[in-house]
Amino acid sequence: MTPELINILNSVVANATPLVIAGLGETITERAGITNLSLDGSLALAAMFGFVATLVTGNPLAGLLIAMLVGALVALIIAVGDITLRQDQVAIGFVLTLLCADLAQFLGQDYTGSRSTPMPVVKIPGLSDVPVVGQIFFSHQAIVYFSYFLIFAVWFWLFHTRGGLAHRAIGERPAAAFARGTPVNRLRYLYTVLGGALVGLAGASYSMAIKPGWSNPPVMRGDGWIALAIVIFGGWHPFRVVLGAYLFAALRALASAIQRSPDIQIPLVLLNGLPWILMITTLVLVSSGAIERLTRILPRPVQRWTRSFLRSDPPAALGTRFEPD
Amino acid sequence: MKSRTVLQISFFILPIIVSLAITAVLIVAVGSDPREVFEAVWQGAFRNSNAFAGVVNFWIPLVLCSMGLIITFTAGLWNIGVEGQMVMGAIFASWAARTLVLPPPVLVGVEIGLAMLGGALWAGLVGLLKTRLGVHEIFGGVALNSLANVAAIYLIAGPWQPPEGGSAQATAPFPADSLLPPVSAEFPVNLLAVVIVFIAIAAVIIALRGTRWGLELRATGKNPRSALLLGVPTTRSAVSALMVCGMLAGIGGAYRVLFTYSSLRPFVSGGIGFLGLLVVLLVAVKALWVPFVSLLFAVILAGSTRLRVALQLDQSLAGVVQGMLVLLVLLANGLRQRFMERDSRRPEAETRDYPLITRPDTEAENV
Repeated sequence: MTPELINILNSVVANATPLVIAGLGETITERAGITNLSLDGSLALAAMFGFVATLVTGNPLAGLLIAMLVGALVALIIAVGDITLRQDQVAIGFVLTLLCADLAQFLGQDYTGSRSTPMPVVKIPGLSDVPVVGQIFFSHQAIVYFSYFLIFAVWFWLFHTRGGLAHRAIGERPAAAFARGTPVNRLRYLYTVLGGALVGLAGASYSMAIKPGWSNPPVMRGDGWIALAIVIFGGWHPFRVVLGAYLFAALRALASAIQRSPDIQIPLVLLNGLPWILMITTLVLVSSGAIERLTRILPRPVQRWTRSFLRSDPPAALGTRFEPD
Repeated sequence: MKSRTVLQISFFILPIIVSLAITAVLIVAVGSDPREVFEAVWQGAFRNSNAFAGVVNFWIPLVLCSMGLIITFTAGLWNIGVEGQMVMGAIFASWAARTLVLPPPVLVGVEIGLAMLGGALWAGLVGLLKTRLGVHEIFGGVALNSLANVAAIYLIAGPWQPPEGGSAQATAPFPADSLLPPVSAEFPVNLLAVVIVFIAIAAVIIALRGTRWGLELRATGKNPRSALLLGVPTTRSAVSALMVCGMLAGIGGAYRVLFTYSSLRPFVSGGIGFLGLLVVLLVAVKALWVPFVSLLFAVILAGSTRLRVALQLDQSLAGVVQGMLVLLVLLANGLRQRFMERDSRRPEAETRDYPLITRPDTEAENV
C-alpha cells in the first residue's frame, strides 16, 4: 500500500468518528423505542458549547463534559415531551433540530471563525507499529479510540447482558417487558438521555478533534441527518451502523479525491449532492421491496446471506408511546 | 367551569412569556440588552412603509408554504421537503424568466405555472420515494432539499453564468418584463402575489372541508389502514397532497426570484419552508390561524434583519425566538392535557407517531 493511500484511509477513520459516535448514540435511543430526530441541530449546539468551554477553561475535558451535557439535555426535552407530556416526538425533535442550530449560531457568534489546536495524536505503543493496520487505525486522537471501545461496549451491552435484553425489549414489546417488571418509561428516559449524551460527544469530536474550530455554517451541517439514515441502514445493529459510518466517510473521501484529480472534470458543487444521493439510495436498498428484487440477480447461495445482511427491521415499538395502565 | 377557562388562558400565555423570558436571558448572555433588541426588531419591521413591505414579502411565501403544509399534515405527512420544493419552483421560474420572450402578463403566468410544476415534481419525488420505495418522507425531503440547493448553486456558478463571467452569489438580474411589478416605490410589494395568497388560503380551506379529496386526505391522515380498508386510495391521496403542497411552495419560490431578488441566488428559500413547518405546528394544523401566525413570524424575520446593522447581533435570533415559542407551545399543550384529564375522564386514545421507516410491501402503512 502506498503511503498516500494509508494516509487517506487514516483520515477516513478519523472523519467517520463523529458519525460512529452519533450513530451509536442514536442506536441506543431508538433501540429503546424513541427517535431523537434533533441530531442535525444538537450536534452543532454540542460542538459549539464543547469548543467554547474548552477555549474558556483551557481544559478539553470540561469541553467534552459540557458537550455531553448539552446533548443529554436536548434528548431529555424529547423524552419529557414524548413520555410525560404525550406530544409527538417527531414534532419536538424537528423543532429542536431548527432551534438548536439557530441557538448554536446565535450563542457562538463571537467565536465564529475561531480555530484551536486539535487534540494530540496518541500512538498506541506496539499496535501503531503494525504496518498498514497500525498506521490506519492506531495513530489517532484519543476520541477515535474511545469510539472503538464504544462499538464493542454497545454491542456487548445490547446482545450479551441482561440489561441489554431489557433495553431491546422496551423497544420491541414494551407491554411484555412491563409485565415482567421492567420499568419501561424510566428506562426509555435513561436511554434517550444516554444516547443524547453520545450525540453531544459526537458534536464535540468535530469541534475539538476532527475539524477543530467553530464556523458558520458549521462543518457538520447535514451530518445529523446522515447519522439518522446510517442507523436505519445499519438495521439498529452497532456493527452495521459503524460499517455504514465508515463506508460513508470513505465515499466522501473518494469524492474529494475525484475532485482533486486533474483528469476528471466534475464541478465541485455537484459532488456536494453525492452524500444525499447516497443516502436515498441506501434507504431504498434497505427497504425490503428493493432488496427482494435485487437479490434475485445474485447466485443462490449468496442470496440468503445478502438478504439477511441487508434486512433492516426497526424496533417494533419505535415511535409508539407506552402507557403502563 | 370558570377555573377551566383560567387554566386554558394561562396555558395559552405561559409558553409565550416563558419563551420570551428565555430569549431575553440568551440576549443578555451574549452581552446585549433585550430592550434594545426589541427596539431594533420593531424598527426593522415597522419603521416605514418600506420596512413593512419587507414583512409582507416574507409573509407571502411563508403563507403559501404553510397552507401547502396544512394539506400534507392533514394527510399525516411530514413534508420537510417543502424547502426544496420552493427552491425547485424558483429554478423553474428562473428558467422561464431567463429564456422565454413573451408579452409580460403571459410570461408571468407561464413563470408561475412552471414554478408550480417544478415544486409539484420535486414533491412528487418525495411521494414516490415514500409510497413505492419505502423511504420515509422526512429523509426523502431532507435529501431532496439539499439536492435542489445543489442544483441551484450549480446553475448559478455554471450554465447560467453570463459569458463575460459573473458571481457565485447570484445570476444576472432577470429582464424587467419577466419580473413581478411592485405596487409603488414606497411600498414594494406585488399585488398579484397577495391576491394569489388569499386565493390559496380560501382554496385550501374549501378543498379540505368541502371536497371528496379533502375527506380522503383527512381519513388517510387519521388512520391510513382503516382508510385503505374503506376504499380510500391512500397512496394517491398522499402523493397528491405532497404535489399540491409542492405547487404552493413553488409559487413561494417564484416570488423570491421574480420579486424579492430579481435573480436566482443560492439557498433562495431562506429557511421559509422550515418556518412554515413551525407555523403549522404552532397552529396545530388549523388553517384559519395560518395568516396571522405567519404575519407574526414574518415580522420577527424581517425585523431581525436589522439586528446586524443596529447591534452587531446575529440574525439567527429570529429562529431562536420562533423555535423556542413552538417548542414551549408543544410542551405546554402536553401539560394542559395532563391537567385537564385530572378532572375529566381518560385521555384520548393513544396516538401513534410515524416510525422513520416505511415498508412498501404493506400498502396501508405506506401513508
